[in-house]
This record gives sequence, C-alpha cells and structure tokens, in this order.
Amino acid sequence: MTETVLTGTVLTDTVLEVSGLHRSFGAVQAVHDVSFSLARGGSLGIVGESGSGKTTTARIVVGLEHADTGEVRLLGRDRSGPVGRGRRPRLERAREVQMVFQDPFLSLDPRTSVHGVLRETLRLHFPERRADHERRIAELLEQVGLGAREAGALPRQLSGGQRQRVAIARALAVEPAVLVLDEAVAALDVSVQAQILNLLADIRTETGIGYLFITHDLGVVRCVTEDVVVMRHGRIVEAGPTAQVLDDPQHPYTRLLLDSVPRPGWDPKGIAAARRALL
Amino acid sequence: MTDTPAGTPAADAATPETPNPETPTLEIQGLRLNLPGAARPVLAGVDLTVAARETVALVGESGSGKSLTSRSVLRLLPPGAATEGAVRVQGEDVLTMNAKQLRRLRTHTAAMIFQDPRAAINPLRRIGDFLTESLRLNADLPAAEATERAVRMLDAVGLGDRVLGQYPGQLSGGMLQRVVIAAALMGDPALILADEPTTALDVTTQAEVVGLLGDLRDQFGTALLFVTHDLGLAAAISDRVYVMYAGRIAETGPAEALFQRPRHPYTAALLRSTPHLDAPAGRLAAIEGRPPSLREELTGCPFAARCAFATQQCREELPPHLPVRGESSRLVACHHSEKLADQLAGSVTHD
Amino acid sequence: MTIALVRRPGLARIRSDRSWLHLLCLGFLGLVVVLALFAPWLSPHDPNAVDLGNALAGPSGAHPLGVDGSGRDTASRLITGARTSLLGPLGVVVFSTVAGVVVGVAAGWRGGWLDSVLSRSTELVFAFPGLLLALLIVSIYGEGLIAPVVALGVAYLPYVSRLTRSLVLAERSRPYVEAYRVQGHSGLQICLRHVLPNIAPVVLAQSTINFGYALIDLAGLSFLGLGVPALTPDWGRMVFDGESAIQSGYPLCAILPCVAIVLTVVAFNVVGERWADQVARRDR
Repeated sequence: MTETVLTGTVLTDTVLEVSGLHRSFGAVQAVHDVSFSLARGGSLGIVGESGSGKTTTARIVVGLEHADTGEVRLLGRDRSGPVGRGRRPRLERAREVQMVFQDPFLSLDPRTSVHGVLRETLRLHFPERRADHERRIAELLEQVGLGAREAGALPRQLSGGQRQRVAIARALAVEPAVLVLDEAVAALDVSVQAQILNLLADIRTETGIGYLFITHDLGVVRCVTEDVVVMRHGRIVEAGPTAQVLDDPQHPYTRLLLDSVPRPGWDPKGIAAARRALL
Repeated sequence: MTDTPAGTPAADAATPETPNPETPTLEIQGLRLNLPGAARPVLAGVDLTVAARETVALVGESGSGKSLTSRSVLRLLPPGAATEGAVRVQGEDVLTMNAKQLRRLRTHTAAMIFQDPRAAINPLRRIGDFLTESLRLNADLPAAEATERAVRMLDAVGLGDRVLGQYPGQLSGGMLQRVVIAAALMGDPALILADEPTTALDVTTQAEVVGLLGDLRDQFGTALLFVTHDLGLAAAISDRVYVMYAGRIAETGPAEALFQRPRHPYTAALLRSTPHLDAPAGRLAAIEGRPPSLREELTGCPFAARCAFATQQCREELPPHLPVRGESSRLVACHHSEKLADQLAGSVTHD
Repeated sequence: MTIALVRRPGLARIRSDRSWLHLLCLGFLGLVVVLALFAPWLSPHDPNAVDLGNALAGPSGAHPLGVDGSGRDTASRLITGARTSLLGPLGVVVFSTVAGVVVGVAAGWRGGWLDSVLSRSTELVFAFPGLLLALLIVSIYGEGLIAPVVALGVAYLPYVSRLTRSLVLAERSRPYVEAYRVQGHSGLQICLRHVLPNIAPVVLAQSTINFGYALIDLAGLSFLGLGVPALTPDWGRMVFDGESAIQSGYPLCAILPCVAIVLTVVAFNVVGERWADQVARRDR
C-alpha cells in the first residue's frame, strides 16, 4: 500500500539528520562541515551551482559516496559508514532512502522494460508478497501517471518526462522514508517539468515521504520545498525556511543567486560585477 | 533585395558588402522542412526576421523545431532533410548557395554558438589554434594577422591573450563559452546564432555571458538570434520573441508585450507552468499531455489537443497568423485569440 | 560508443556499408556451415580415397574440381575439410570469449589490485605472438586439434578481456548502475542481469571477427603440418598438400582451399563489423 512502511524502530520526527559532513577529493574540499535535518514528510532543498558540493552531499546520503568525517542518521540509525556487506544491510539502507537521478535517459537500463524494472525491485524487496506484485506494479504506475501501454515499453520508446516518472515509480516501489531528487527535473521541458513537480507534490501528500531536493533552480525550490540550504564551495552559506530565505536573503551569495534569475528589467552586468566582488 | 548576384567571387571576403539598410540581416520565409520517417513536417512554414542590431529570442520546448530553425540558417541540416521556402542572410538565400558561398557565409556572415562549449572545442588543440583556424583556412589570412584579431576578440569577451596558449581543459565552462563567442566574432559576422548558449552554465555565469552578448551587440552591431527554452531569459534579453510549437510559430511580438499579455493559449500556459521565484509555493498550472511526436500527423491547430480553450474549429482548421488588433508588431496563430485576450492576460499576472 | 574492436590492418578497410555485401557474406557463411554439418552426405566421394592412377587430373564429370596429387577428390576434401576448419576456430572463440569475459568483467567491475594483476597478465600474453605460443604448445603436446585450439584460445583471450574490461568500465559509470545500487541490488546481480546483457552484442561482434582470424591462424598451423593429423581433410592442410601440385603446374587443389579460407575470413569480418555498427547505432 502507499502508506509508508516504517518499522517501528524510530518515533522521532526527524527522518534524516546530517551533521558535520566533510568530504574531500584530493586537495578539493567538496563538502565542508555540512549539517541539516529533514523532518518526516518534509521537503528540504539544497541549492547551489556546479562545484557547490550539493551533489556530493546527496551521494553521501544515499550511500554512493562515503564521508571523511561527519554523521548521516537515517531514521535515527547511523549510516555514515559504507553500506554494509550482505543482503540485509543493503536492503535496509535502500528502504530508508531512494534517489531519482538527473538524466532520465541514462538512469534506466536500456534493455529492461518499465514493468521489468518495477518487478525486479519488488522481487528484491518484497519476495514474500510475490502474489501481490502485479497489482502493486499497476498501482505504482497509476500513482506516477503511467498506463498499461507504457508498462511494456522499453526506455527508448518513452519521452523524457515518462522516463522520469518510471524512475520515480522505481524509487517509490521500495517504500523509502526519504527520496533524494538530484536535479530530477532539470533535464525536462518546462511544461513537462511542471507535471513532474505537481506529481511529486501529490506523492508527498499521499505517502508522507520526505524529499531532499537538490537543484540549481530557485523557482523549483520556491515551488516544492519548505526549507532550503544554500551551498557554495562545499559550505552552507545560508539556511532557513524557503520563503524567508528567498524573500529576505541574508548572505550576499544568496542575493547574487536570486538576482541572477533572468526576468524583465534584469541587469546582467550588475550581476557579473557582484559575482566578481564575491570571488 | 541586395544587388549581390549569386556567385560573386569571394576575394573581397574581408570587406563584406554593405547591404541595403532595409534588408533584414536574417529573413526566413515559409520555411518547411521534412525529414525521412516523420509523419509531419518538422518545420511547417516558419516566418522569422532579425534586423541588424536586433536581439530576437526563439522560444520553444524540445522538439518544437527551434534548434533546426537556427541551424537551417547555416544550412546545418540533418541528412535527408528536404526544405522549402527561403532562408536569406543579408538578402542571399542560404538554401540555394553553392559550397563556396556557404563556406563564406559560415566564415564571415553568420556564426553559431552552441549549448555545450566543451563539445564545441577540440580538447587537444590550444585555444589560439581554435580561434584562428577558420580564418587561416577559409580566408587565407596570414597567421600573424589572425592571431592579432584573436587577441582583440578575446579582449572583447574579457579574456587576456594568455588564453591563446592554453588548452580547453584548463578553462572553466563560463570562460570556454566566452572563447566560443570570441571564435564566433572572429569573422566579423553580421549575425550570431546562439543555440541555448547558457543552458550548460551556472546561473551566475549565465548572467555574465548574456551581459557580454549584449555588449557585443552595442559594440559590433551584430544581430542575435537567441534560441532558448527559458521564458524568463528570453524576456530579459530580447527585443522581440517568437514562440514556437510543433514546427510552427505560435505567437510573435515585442518581448514585454508578449509576456505581459500573451495572446496564444500556449504562451500563457507555458508562462503559468514555469516555477516562478515570486509565485507562491504549491501546485503549478501544468500543461497536460506532451508536445506531438513526429510520428503523429497533425490537423488543425497543433496545440489543440492540450489547449483548455480548444473547440471543434481548432481541431479542424489550421489557424493563420493574424495581427493582433491594436498591436501591429504582433502576430498570433489562434482562432480565439481576440475572445481570449483578457482571460489569457489575467492568468499570468502574479501580483 | 567509442570502444573500437580489434582488427588486423588489412581487413580493417573492408567496410560493410552496403547491405547486399552483408547479406552475401551471411549467405556464404550459412552455406559453409551447412556443408560442414552435412559433409558425409554431401561429398560426392570419400575424401580420403586415394587413386594414384588418376593423380592431378583436371576437372571432369566425376571430379568437378579435379583431384590432388594422391588422386583424392578436391570437392569432397573441401566439403569435409570445412568441418575441422570451422570446428577449430569455434573452439578458440568459445574458449577465449568465455574466459575473456570472466577476466574482463572481474577486472573492470572490481578494479583495484585485481584489475592490475589481470591487466598485466593479459598484456603478458599480448606480448607473445599467438602463433608462436601455439607452436610451442603443439611441439610439447604433439599433433592434434586440442593443443593448438587451447593455445590460440589463450592467445585470443586478451583481445576479448581488454574489450570487455573497457566496456564494463564505461557501463559501470552509467547512472542506471548507480540507480540499481541505491535500490539495494548486489554488485553481482547488477553485473549479471544488466551489465553483461548490455555489453554482450559488442563482445560477440568481436568474437565473430576473432573467428575469422582463428581460422587463418589454425590454417597456418595446419599448413606447417602442426595442426590437424595428416589424414584429416582440412583447408590449411590441403594447401600444404597441394604445394607440390602447384610446382607440377596443377594449382587447382591448392588454390581452392586458399579461396575458401579467404572468403570465409572476409565474410566473418564483414558480418561481425556490421553487427558492431548496428549495436553502436542503436546505443546512440
């Protein structure tokens, strides 16, 4: 079912807590002392430009990278180390956090059909409910707005928006507590992007899943997050409720980001000057 | 029309003939483009002009034909493409040019800036070679003169001559895009075609590149056709805007008027579905469905299937491009444009 | 896809842009395989029946392609020879593909020290000419088909394993593999279920091309008298046997097996190349 299946280990209201995260690649400090927390069913945005460390942070949270120091707690459990060996810790981790990637053209196996993708995930995570899988697949597809016609299709037969819906369905199939969305709408067209953002909003209301939304687009942040963290050069420069940060930015970098969004009467030269002043 | 007959020797390439001031720098008339395997024309009668010193934005989603339109100006067409209509750059039709004329067009008259600067530059060649290559090969300019010009153009885009000896890998994305712009300026073009030139860049870098393009227009008088999917960007930088949908121009007019008072339901819907910085949080007014694929044949208005205001007439009759009453510079292809005027304008104001 | 198949210089130029050439080659290979499969029923004479009185006779009604220096029917020997000539390369290709894929996947997926060890050892084999290796092994183990097949299989292994390794490396960095990781699938599962099927067409294309090369190499060994036992009909062996016939001015029984070898190798090359091209095009 669509209710979150959170086995009663935790009763806190924080599903994800990151504190003092550090990660460097050689001499480059990709992530420097990053801390934030995500409430159950909440939506937190991480905004930054390329090289801000936002993607590395997301990858540490889902276990694709490890932190040098610092702590990642998912549902109260310490998940700072590498994903444990063996089946159980792997599946446990997967049910805590799932991820939707930026490029829907690359994040699906070109040879596996939509139905196959979902069946595979269900078989891995819920082998005991095997008889129920077909119904669950239909339910997931419906939840993300895909029909039976798309179920049999291979990724290359689908549009970008449809593929991103498949990726979302795949993540939801695991019934995670947190969904990390790494620039998940950046590669989509404006009209399709709006559909996916609405879909994500609906899913959060329905399931109470928490979102960690990695993006460079402040409009998207305004639209789908409650809290926001602004990152630059691996550090958090500003954090707070989204409306407050966007309406009354305190840090000059946040102001620069806001001013950089093109609109009528925009002053690119002023922005360029402000950017150089910040460097 | 210009007085330049086709086939003029290209010897005087360094001093391009001054066109009649009334000839637009770029004039696309009734451009149709068919691709093998497509059920409908990819471009179904596109009309577009860019005057000298003008910045024109061509806005559309992927598959709308906006990139193909800009590429057709340099005749960079996919294999098997069949074209009708005319694409005139300074009065000369690109579609009927011979190889030599085409080379001259690409070297001296029109230049293109692509989306991904890293993909546009050979990573194994120095920036200096990249900048001067085209002039040395196609215009027989001595190397010293070409380098001198390269230094001047790098200066114009805010880079020092130190860059000449560097490799693309040593520069950031924003710097590389400036190098690409400098390369576009090398032949002193009358027209620059920019195909999503800032999409691969960060927002703060985007401002810098866009500011630079504006400066260059003031300095060199270059006309600019800016292809983008970003409505905000189009509104911010252009004099006029063309909104494209499924191979046709849906609506065109001065940027401010078009975004303040859209007259085509597609423009209005697109504006409403963009997540806006000043808009309240919550659901967006998304456009249902998706743009028609090339495998579908279209009858009537291409947007009818997704349009909230569509009627039987929309599904059957292709709407002609008609001037907007009271605004001579605007054209819109919608049967119900007059009726919907207030509704559409009201739907996009945020405050 | 930027991964190039390994091809020998002379054959690299034969391109299969035209589909009729590809069809022709496919048809030719089909014919050879059918001949090999049904050789006992298709050959008009016993390929080993010696008729010294009729030695070196030209084409006639009874012997459409003539006979060799011992009076054996050339057509029958060609048809029966197709069996050993195809079976040998098949062994080489199966061995090198299976072993090469295992080594390549292990090196590419695990990386680290395993990759270094495996890559260095395959390079070691690379440095040693395959034919030389085969000569060595045959001289130790004596005549027979097994020894040269194993030797060439080892010699061809690096081609497959290097290709597989680079394909796996490219595939491993694709987001879909990471997506499966985040989903909780084990590395082995991802590898077997998703990575292998995705790289298989390219590896098989390389193996198809390798088939042709193995055929040449084995024929070369038989020509030197090192491959198949003396009496077994084999194309390479036939060229060797026909040498003296050429000197006597009766070239047909030596030239025909040469032609068969060349045509088969070219056909395998064209088919494999086209296959690889199609895979590359589909991936785009």
